[in-house]
Amino acid sequence: MTSSILTLSKISKRFGAVVIADGIDLALAQGEALGIIGPNGAGKTTLFGIMTGTVPPDAGQVFFDGADITRTTPERRCRMGIARSFQIPQPFGGMTVFENLVVAAAFGGGKRERDVYARCAALLEQCGLADRANRQAGSLTLLDRKRLELARALATSPRVLLLDEVAGGLIEHETAALVALVKEVRASGVSIIWIEHVVHALIAAVDRLVVLHGGALIAEGAPAEVIRRPQVAEIYMGMEDLGIEADA
Amino acid sequence: MSDATSIRVEHSNRASRIGLAIVSGAVIALAAAPWWADRASLRLLSEIYAYVALASLWNLLAGYAGLVSVGQHAYVGLGAYVLFALAMLAGVHPLVAIPIAGFAAAIISVPVALLMFRLRGHYFAIGTWVMAEVFRLSAAQVSALDGGSGTSLPAAVILSIAGTRQMREFVVYWIALALAVAILAAIVMLLRSRYGLALTAIRDNELGARSNGVDVARVKYLVYVAVAFGTAMVGALIFLQKIRISPDTAFSVNDWTAFVIFITVIGGIGRIEGPIIGTLVFFVLRQTLADLGAIYLLILGAVAIVVMLKAPKGLWGLVADRFGWQLFPLERRLVIGGKQPS
Ligand SMILES: Nc1ncnc2c1ncn2[C@@H]1O[C@H](COP(=O)(O)OP(=O)(O)OP(=O)(O)O)[C@@H](O)[C@H]1O
Ligand SMILES: [Mg+2]
Repeated sequence: MTSSILTLSKISKRFGAVVIADGIDLALAQGEALGIIGPNGAGKTTLFGIMTGTVPPDAGQVFFDGADITRTTPERRCRMGIARSFQIPQPFGGMTVFENLVVAAAFGGGKRERDVYARCAALLEQCGLADRANRQAGSLTLLDRKRLELARALATSPRVLLLDEVAGGLIEHETAALVALVKEVRASGVSIIWIEHVVHALIAAVDRLVVLHGGALIAEGAPAEVIRRPQVAEIYMGMEDLGIEADA
Repeated sequence: MSDATSIRVEHSNRASRIGLAIVSGAVIALAAAPWWADRASLRLLSEIYAYVALASLWNLLAGYAGLVSVGQHAYVGLGAYVLFALAMLAGVHPLVAIPIAGFAAAIISVPVALLMFRLRGHYFAIGTWVMAEVFRLSAAQVSALDGGSGTSLPAAVILSIAGTRQMREFVVYWIALALAVAILAAIVMLLRSRYGLALTAIRDNELGARSNGVDVARVKYLVYVAVAFGTAMVGALIFLQKIRISPDTAFSVNDWTAFVIFITVIGGIGRIEGPIIGTLVFFVLRQTLADLGAIYLLILGAVAIVVMLKAPKGLWGLVADRFGWQLFPLERRLVIGGKQPS
């Protein structure tokens, strides 16, 4: 466990009667790409909230690089190297797309403003937003807002990248490009957790898959093998459908 | 299309260059007002400058930092009272007392912010108003400044500004203009800096800002203190010009908070130009409708409601978005290989 970079230890969380996590243990190894699946409302996004500090757990601890960060603010966690893309995009609507990245790179990355311009421009290119660089982020389509989420998370120069459903709505070659981008980021040494309903994309990009259901991780292992388990197929019906749908 | 070696970031564009030329021209013309305007006009202009400054500061606080204070009259009154106390009790030159009033308010705002920032959402707004009441009641207890009934600056203090009445009026007018210009310039510089980036991000999306590493609490704190500093200086100057002070006028929620909020909202909250446009509209309404008494306030309310419904970004937002206007070069536009993407 010493090589794990982000660890959830006995995390519990409930919203009223809804149990999101009931003593969940999860360790992301240094350099690993981990996938999380689970039915709608299972609590996947909430787990990201617990990892990034926007949602306080009822019990349990979060560790980053060996340090207990359970009470650390989201902004500090970001500067420590945990970046997140929001499932529901959270753009700075009145700023340009480029300025959105500059904020993330300058503050999340802890750099001087001037020093991040080149990197932000390169990231815009990488995430397919270069031709909309000077557009107001608030005027982007949902798809472009999701691209911006990814670009902004990358702009903070993270050590751990948390992706929350970034593939939905992409057409096939875009999905392939996304998978390639995730692999490239990972190859550069960034550890990744990816929540995704587009399972075929996920399987192509991650080393390990966990399944969240009923407040527990009910399955864990090699991606291709995990999704074939009857128990997973049963609670996560339509998983394959979702995969196919995304190709349409 | 892109050449990674030739990346440039431009702050100004044609619109902002025109805007800046207009602003500069206006400031020069206004600085010369003593030569072309009569006494009443100078007083009116000074009042306009005070409102531009107060509204710009409130806009920074509420429009950018999301701190919707309805108690900024606390700092107007505090600044005014510090000036009166320094000038009357300690013999400080009134013009020197203006920046000291700013510093005093900034210092006092530090513990006040600690207290207020514990309050969330609407409670913050209510808390700021209660705090202003506390300030007003405290001022009424200061018997050296004649407590609740108020007091006037003695002739000696007034004479120390300048020998003749005309020169005094000119000096106070220029200081009012200089203070408003300085506050606006400081806000423009702030918004162009790293802090401006953070502030604008906070304005647009606090959750996003925090999740991108912006220390939101710290930025809000600094803005609160800086705004208290500026607001108190404006308050000190307003009452130096009025010569007379009382707790009710210095801590008037109507004059220094309600009108300021009205101005900012109709002009365009969260935009630097908003308070300037809003002040102009406010004074046009006031000058044309003042004779109507209570109906004047009703009309103000109606205007505010119509603008909020029809143009939530304010009057400036309405035109600026359509024509791409901007008065100040605040943008960071990326230029790749000599070309500007849309
Ligand atoms: N702040 C909150 N207060 C109350 N309930 C919440 C809150 N946030 C989430 N929930 C509820 O918790 C459950 C889990 O939500 P969450 O968004 O984490 O699920 P998810 O696995 O990400 O779902 P999806 O696949 O649809 O994105 C849902 O029932 C949701 O309505
Ligand atoms: Mg979710």
